[in-house]
Amino acid sequence: MSRGGSKRTRPTDISCRPGPSGPGILVNLYEQQTSNRRKTWLIMLAFVGFLFFLGAGFDTLYLGAGGGFIPVGSLLALTVGSVSSAASYFAGDKAVLLATAATPVDELKPATDDERLKLQQLNNVVDEMAIAAGIPRPRVYVVPDPDPNAFATGRGPGRSSIAVTRGLLDALDREELQGVVAHEMSHIRNLDVRLMTIVAALVGTAALLSEWARRGMMWGGGSRRRDDRDGEGGGIAGAVFFMIWAVAILIAPFAVQALAMMVSRKREYLADASGAELTRNPIGLARALEKIESAVEPTRSINRGSAHLCITDPLGRQVNLKEGFWSDLFASHPPMAARIAALKEMAFQGRSR
Amino acid sequence: MILIIPLVVVALLAVWIVGSYNSLVGMRNQVLNGWKQIDVQLKRRHDLIPNLVNAVRGSMDFERDTLTAVMEARAKALTATGPADAAQKEGQLTQALGRLIAVAENYPTLKSNENVRSLMEELTGTENKVGFARQFYNDIATKYNTAQQVFPTNLFASAFGFKPAELFEITEAADRDVPVVDLSRK
Repeated sequence: MSRGGSKRTRPTDISCRPGPSGPGILVNLYEQQTSNRRKTWLIMLAFVGFLFFLGAGFDTLYLGAGGGFIPVGSLLALTVGSVSSAASYFAGDKAVLLATAATPVDELKPATDDERLKLQQLNNVVDEMAIAAGIPRPRVYVVPDPDPNAFATGRGPGRSSIAVTRGLLDALDREELQGVVAHEMSHIRNLDVRLMTIVAALVGTAALLSEWARRGMMWGGGSRRRDDRDGEGGGIAGAVFFMIWAVAILIAPFAVQALAMMVSRKREYLADASGAELTRNPIGLARALEKIESAVEPTRSINRGSAHLCITDPLGRQVNLKEGFWSDLFASHPPMAARIAALKEMAFQGRSR
Repeated sequence: MILIIPLVVVALLAVWIVGSYNSLVGMRNQVLNGWKQIDVQLKRRHDLIPNLVNAVRGSMDFERDTLTAVMEARAKALTATGPADAAQKEGQLTQALGRLIAVAENYPTLKSNENVRSLMEELTGTENKVGFARQFYNDIATKYNTAQQVFPTNLFASAFGFKPAELFEITEAADRDVPVVDLSRK
């Protein structure tokens, strides 16, 4: 994980997180939640707006009046994009649990007394956090992976699962485990699976539009485009619009991925803050993150698709504050140090209250 | 045309009042359910205590006072009447259990005994569940009270019979909600 010091850029997208000595000392747990919720919606709004722009341009330039006033191309892309994410929404939890070889905690045969105690602790901690969150208890799984990590999956309260790795159970004490489970419980309560499914559908739609547009440019798109522009009357405004749109559609796959990851990072901060609300003990999670951070190994059994629901990025990219601009832009999780600092701020706030 | 405007206003007002009323009803039921959850967890605790005391009795013979205090506090808590009384007696039981856990920490034989460790974990879990059930109750009760008190819902909330829910008061030893901060880590 070596990163060139010269490439260090200000992580602009996390500027909302001032250091403990800054004015952020006044930012308390509830304000952090509100702020992250608001930012999620702002990003989603920008996301939909961007997609609208792409779709409008696509339908005007490629299909022209062919579809009348109905944006046929955009709707088709949206449908195809939604189908695959809907499939992952309804079957994704089973797939990810199967892929990670997660075993229900009740079916595990503990070999030692220590292990049995640890599993009992896990069960209790999940019960506690479900009570604190006021949601039905999710199913609990253990993933046979030595790297400390955890994830939540499922469609929402009552239909969800929480999985922790063996490495997490071994590394954390009760308080820290509680913090991690609270974080995952918050992903469930905040309906983050649903949100990230919608985000994935939007990403898919943008990718399809971009793909189709590029093919169109290479193949017969030119002729069709000429017809359309004749019908439109062209003009400088049309040309400028086309120029901007052409750039936008080409960078769209990267742009929407960056937006999607921005949403993901906001949800991580939110899950940290609402997790702290559940335990009333931000330091537990902060300590857990410190321990998880020190284990830089990637979690091999968890694939990229479920990264946004893990406690930390399973690819192990996001392990310290020294991140370049590009890795920040496409990271599913905020830098660990920033998360820990935010949690300690909450603890400080809780104490001085 | 002039007649339509007041009609629309009245219709919107009605929709809004019905919506607010229904959401208040939903919150009231959540609050009641939250209160019941506390009882469920308290009962779990009462059921667990005899097992725990039996498990540690042999190894903690000369801490008879601590054990007796727990059993007595439990017996009192079982006879509690009304929320205020229950809060006080459960608070004493929490204190007694806290002492027992602290004392048990000093017995290496106890700490290595698998049965006792398991029971201790169960007790810690139960104590936490009681605490978190109370915390959840207070959270939703506060939300419910706020929803009644904000303008303009406050204009009709009491007319429809909504009353502010009582918060669970923290008694002496129930310091569960105060985050423990180790400043040396900062």
